[in-house]
Amino acid sequence: MENNSKSKNRREFIQSGVRLSLALALGSVSGLALSKVVKDDYVWQIDPFECTQCGRCATDCVMSPSAVKCVHAYDLCGYCDLCGGYLKPDANALSTAAENQLCPTAAIERKFIEEPYFEYHIIEDLCIGCAKCVAGCTSFGNGSLHLQIMHHICVNCNECSIARVCPSDAIKRVPASEAYKVKGDFSNNPES
Amino acid sequence: MKKLKYILFTVSFLLLTLSLSAQQQRFPKPEFETGYEQPSTITPEPRALALEYFDVLVLLVVLALATWFALKTRSRQGVLWLSVFTLIYFGFYRNGCICSIGAIQNVTLSFADPTYAISLTALLFFLLPLAFTLFFGRTFCAGACPLGAIQDLVIIKPISLPKWLNKTLGLIPYIYLSLAVLFAATGTDFIICRYDPFVGIFRMDAKFLMVVLGVSFLLMGMFVARPYCRFFCPYSVLLSWMSRFSKWHLTITPATCIQCKLCTNSCPFDAIDFPTNEKEVVKSGLGPKRFLVYAVLIPIWVAAGVFVGERSHTFLSKANTDVFLAELLISNPEIKNDPDNLDVQTFLASGKTMETLVKEAEVIRGKFYIGSMIAGGFLGLVIGMTLLNTVVFRKRQDYVPHKGNCLSCARCMDYCPVEK
Repeated sequence: MENNSKSKNRREFIQSGVRLSLALALGSVSGLALSKVVKDDYVWQIDPFECTQCGRCATDCVMSPSAVKCVHAYDLCGYCDLCGGYLKPDANALSTAAENQLCPTAAIERKFIEEPYFEYHIIEDLCIGCAKCVAGCTSFGNGSLHLQIMHHICVNCNECSIARVCPSDAIKRVPASEAYKVKGDFSNNPES
Repeated sequence: MKKLKYILFTVSFLLLTLSLSAQQQRFPKPEFETGYEQPSTITPEPRALALEYFDVLVLLVVLALATWFALKTRSRQGVLWLSVFTLIYFGFYRNGCICSIGAIQNVTLSFADPTYAISLTALLFFLLPLAFTLFFGRTFCAGACPLGAIQDLVIIKPISLPKWLNKTLGLIPYIYLSLAVLFAATGTDFIICRYDPFVGIFRMDAKFLMVVLGVSFLLMGMFVARPYCRFFCPYSVLLSWMSRFSKWHLTITPATCIQCKLCTNSCPFDAIDFPTNEKEVVKSGLGPKRFLVYAVLIPIWVAAGVFVGERSHTFLSKANTDVFLAELLISNPEIKNDPDNLDVQTFLASGKTMETLVKEAEVIRGKFYIGSMIAGGFLGLVIGMTLLNTVVFRKRQDYVPHKGNCLSCARCMDYCPVEK
C-alpha cells in the first residue's frame, strides 16, 4: 500500500513538473511573439505599381469569381474617346458594340459626358479581375484602371493564394486601417 | 536660416515631383464644362478589428463551455450542441478562417522572419486552446474546432482500428507538422491552410480537387471516426503533448471504475486504455531487454532522420518559388524565349539580375538545409520514442481515457453506470 502511494506520488511529481515546463514553454513562445504583435489586423492588397497584369488574379483566388476587381482612379483618367482599357486594339469603331470591347465580361460601362469625353465605370459584379483592361490602360493610357483586392469579398486567407503565384510579388500584407492602394491616393510610386 | 533652407527644399521637392507626375499623365484630365461630377472610387472597408476580437471572445467562451460540459456537467448533449454552434460560427459564418491549426504557421513565421508582424488575434487563436488543454485536456477538439465538429457530426458506424495501424498513422501528424513548420519558417508556403480539406466546404467554393478531398474525408469519417483529427491534424501533435500532462482531464467514471466494460466500445477514436494484464506481460518476457534495445536505437533513428532530411532538402526547397525559378533558368536557359512562361517573363522584365536571384535562392536553400535536418532529426526522435512507448509497461487497473488521444467528446460518460 505504501509502495503504491509512493509510486503515485512520483508519477504526480513528474506530471506536474512536465506540466510546468510546458506552461513555461507556452509562456516564452507567447512572450517572444508578443514582442512582434501588432494590434492592427493585416489584410492583403495589390500594389498597382508592381502589378504586371499577368491575369492570375482571375484564376488563383479561392473565391470564384475572384475577390480582385478592377477599380478606377478617376483622378488619373483622361476620359478619352479612344480608350485603351475599354476598346480592343483592333476595334473597328469607337462604340459600345460587344465585338469592340476588351473586357471579356463587358464589365466596363462607357458613358458619354461631353464632346469628346467619356466616363468609364466598372460594374463590380461582372468584373473577374482578369486585368485585360488594366494592361490596355497602362500601356496606352494613363493607367487609371488598376486591380485591387475588394475586402467585402476577400476572405482574408492566412496566406493569399494569389500572392503565392504572383510573378512580381505585388500582393502584400497591409494594415487593415490602410486597406487599399488606390492610385493617386498613396505615394508608393517608385518612379516619382 | 536652417528652417528657411528646409522649407525651400521641401517646396522645390514637391514642385519637382508634381511636375514629374504631371508629365506621366499621357492624357491630362479634362476640364469639364457641363458640370460633370466625378464619382469616387469605391473601397469597401475590411472586417472591423473589433469583430476580430469578438472572434477571440467567442473562442474563449466556447472553450470554457466545452470544458464545463466535458468535466463538470459531463454532458454529451452539451458538447454536441456546442460543436454544432462552432461549425456554424467558425465554420460556415467565419469561413473556417481564422483557425488555430493554421495559426501555427503565423507563429512560426513571426519567429523566422523579423519583418513579419503577427496579429494579436492569430497569436491568441494559437495559444488559448493550448493553454486550456494543458489544464483540462483536449476540450478544444471536442467543441471549439470547426474541422473537428464537421467530422464529429458524420460519424455513423465507427470501426476500431488495430493498435499498430493507429500508432503508425499517428505518425503522419508529426510529419505534417514538421513540413508545415519548415515551409512556414522558410517563407515558402502555408501548407496547412492550402490543403485544409474542409475550408472549401465552409466557403461553399473551392477547386475541384479540394472538394473531392473534403468529401472523401467526410465519407471516410463515417467509418473511421474523425480521420483528419487523428491522422493528419498538425495541431493535434501540440494538443496531445499538452493533454498528456493536463491537470484535470475528463474521466470516464464520476467515481470509481467498477470494471463493467460497458464503455469499451463507446469510444469511436480507440482512445480508451484497457486495464493491463500483468500476467501476460510478465509471461512474454519482453520488457527490459526490448526497452534497452529501443532506447539504444533512438540516437540511430535521430541520425537517420537527420541524414534523410539532409538528402531531401534540395527536393523540398523546390517548393519555394524563388528556388524553383532559379533552378529552372539555370537548367533550362531556352525557357527565356518562351513567351507563355509568366514567371520567367516577369523576372526578365523586372530588371533583376540573374546573380541576385541565384543569391536569394541560395539563402533560401541554406535555410532548407538546416531546417530539413532539424525536421528529420525530430521525426527520427518521434519514431524512436513511439517504438520505445510500445514496450513501456504502465500499470492500469481501470478503464481510462488515453490522455493524449482523447478528444474529450464525452461519449464514453453516457455508458458509465456508476452514479456520482
